[in-house]
Amino acid sequence: MTVSHPQASPASKSLVRALVTPEGVDLRLTLASAGERAAALLLDLVIIVVALIVLTILAVAAAATMKAKSQEVVQMIWLLGAFVLRSGYFLLFELTSRAATPGKRALGLRVVARDGGRLTAEAVFTRNALREIEVFLPPIFLMASSVAGDPIDGLIVLMAVIWSGAFMLFPLFNRDRLRMGDIVAGTWVVKSPRFALAPDLAGAANRSVFTPAFTFTPEQVNAYGVKELEILEDVLRRRDPRTLKAVASRIQGKIGWAPAPGETDVAFLTAYYGALRGRLEHRLLFGHRRRDKFDKA
Amino acid sequence: MNGLDLRSGRFRTEREADWRRLEALLKRAERGRAGRLSDSELLQLPQLYRAALSSLSVARATALDASLIAYLESLATRAYFFVYGTRTRLLQKVTGFFRHDWPMAVRGLWRETLVSAVIFVAATLIGYALVIHDPDWYGSIMPGAMEQGRDPTASTAALKAILYDTHHHEGLSSFATFLFTHNAQVSILAFALGFAFCIPTALLVAENGLGLGALFALYASRGLGFQVGGWLFIHGATELLATIIAGAAGFRIGWAVIFPGDRPRLDAASAAGRTAGAAMAGVVVMLVFAGILEGVGRQTVTADWARWSIAWVSLVLWLAYFYLPRGKTA
Repeated sequence: MTVSHPQASPASKSLVRALVTPEGVDLRLTLASAGERAAALLLDLVIIVVALIVLTILAVAAAATMKAKSQEVVQMIWLLGAFVLRSGYFLLFELTSRAATPGKRALGLRVVARDGGRLTAEAVFTRNALREIEVFLPPIFLMASSVAGDPIDGLIVLMAVIWSGAFMLFPLFNRDRLRMGDIVAGTWVVKSPRFALAPDLAGAANRSVFTPAFTFTPEQVNAYGVKELEILEDVLRRRDPRTLKAVASRIQGKIGWAPAPGETDVAFLTAYYGALRGRLEHRLLFGHRRRDKFDKA
Repeated sequence: MNGLDLRSGRFRTEREADWRRLEALLKRAERGRAGRLSDSELLQLPQLYRAALSSLSVARATALDASLIAYLESLATRAYFFVYGTRTRLLQKVTGFFRHDWPMAVRGLWRETLVSAVIFVAATLIGYALVIHDPDWYGSIMPGAMEQGRDPTASTAALKAILYDTHHHEGLSSFATFLFTHNAQVSILAFALGFAFCIPTALLVAENGLGLGALFALYASRGLGFQVGGWLFIHGATELLATIIAGAAGFRIGWAVIFPGDRPRLDAASAAGRTAGAAMAGVVVMLVFAGILEGVGRQTVTADWARWSIAWVSLVLWLAYFYLPRGKTA
C-alpha cells in the first residue's frame, strides 16, 4: 500500500458522496473514477493470468515426475486452482476487512455498501458473480468471432460482442460509476486513500522562520483567501524551486514586499503562509470563511 | 505575529498522539485478522474512532490545514469501515449460511423457482416430443460435443454400453472436479444473465431441459428409458435442481430490474441481489455434490435401482432441507 500526500485540488466534486456516520459526521466519500476501476481490474487480471501460468507450469512439472496414478491429484488441484482463481479471487479478497483486491488496494480503492452499512458476504458474492458477464463474456464472444466461419455466424457473434460490450461499459453511463454487479449487490467502489500526517507548516518544525523579520501588515495578510492558502500549502509541500520562486515573486509583487538581503523564497512563503492561515482561521472562528481573494466580505 | 501559536496548531499537537495510535491499531488490524488485537485494544478502537471523528468535525470548522483535514478524513473513514464493517468470524458465517441463510434464501425464491421449474419441465417435454416423433431433431438439439456417440445412428447395444461404461475408473476424481468447475461456471453465468431482463437465463434453463428431453427420447425409443433415467438422475436430481435454482436466482434479479415495484429501482435490485446471491452460493455447493455423484458415483454404481434410489434420496433430502418448516434462528 502506498502512502500518498493529499492533493491541493481534490477530485472533481461530482464524485463526492455523503456518508453520514451514526455519530452524525459526514465522511464525504469520493467514488472511484472509471479509469481507476479499469486500472485496478487490469492489474487484477494480470495477477490472475500470471498466477494461472505459474500454477500450470508447476502442475506440468509435478506431473512429469509422478506416476499416472498420482498425476490425477495434480490434475484436480489444477482444475480447482483455476476455478478458484477465476471465480474466487475477487470474492475472497473482497471479503477481507480491507474489502479490496490487490488491484484495488494498489489504487487505494475499496468496496463499500451503498447504504453505508455492513458489506455482507452475499453482496460480495453477487457483485462478483455478475463479473462473469461483464468481464469474461465479452472476450469469449470476441474469440468466437475470430473462429466464426460464415457471414451469418459472424453477424450473430458481432451482435453478441456489442451486447456484452454494453455490460462492460455500463459504469460509464451512470453518475455513480456503478457496474451491474454493484447495482445488484447494493455496493459501490470508493477511494480509500491512506494519507500520512504531514508536518504542520506553521508548526514547531518551522520555528526558525517565524521571526519579527517577517511581520505583515493587516492589508498584506488580507490579500488572499482559503483557496490561495491551499495552493500555497501545496506549493510549500512540493518544494519545487522554480514554482517556489514564481509564487514568491507573485505574492511579493501583490502585497508590496521588499525581500531583505539573504531572505529565501521558502522562508518568505512559509512565514506568509503562517500569517495568512492565522488571519483566515481567526475569521473562520467568527463565522466567516473567505473563499478566495475575490471574496470581499 | 507569531505563526507558531495558531489555535489549529495547538489543537493538532494535543490530539495527534490519539490519531497516531488509532492509525497504528488499524494498520495491525487490517494486516492480519482482528484476532491480533488484544481485548483492551479492541475496546479502544471505537473510542479512538469517535475521537478521530470529533477531531475531524473540529478541524473542518476551525482549521485551514488542507493536509490535516485530508488525513483525518482518510483515518476516520478507515476506522468507520473497521468499526462498522463485517467482523463476524468465518466459522460463524459458514454455519449461519448452512443453518439459516441458504435455505431461507431458496425458500424466498419459491415463485421464481416454480417458474424456472415449469420452463425446464416444458422444455424437457418439448425435447422429448420432438425427438420421439422425428429423430432428426436430435442433431439440432444436441450439436457437437455433448453427444459422444449418443446419437440416433448408434446401435442399441452401443447406447446401452455408454450407460454402464466403467472403464473411466482411472481419472474419476479429476473427472468429478472438471464436471464441478464446468457446471459451476455455467450456473454462475445463468445467474448473472438474469440481469439482462431474464431472457438469456430462461434460454439457458430451457436449453438444459431440451437436451434432457432429447436424450431421454433417444433412449426411450430403444426401450432403455428406465436405465437412462438412473444414469441421468443419480447426479441429475442434484444438478438439475441446482440449475433450476440458479435460473430462479437470475429471474429474481431480472424481475426486480424490470419491475421494481414501489421501491426505487436500485434498492429493488440490490434487495433482490442479496437473496439471490445467497441462493447462488448454495448452488455452487450443490454442484460440488453433483460433480462427485456424476464423476465418481455413476461410474462405480451401475445397478439401475441403486442409481434411482440415490436420485430419489438426494432429491427428497434437498427438498426437505430447503422447504421443511423449522424453528426461527436468530
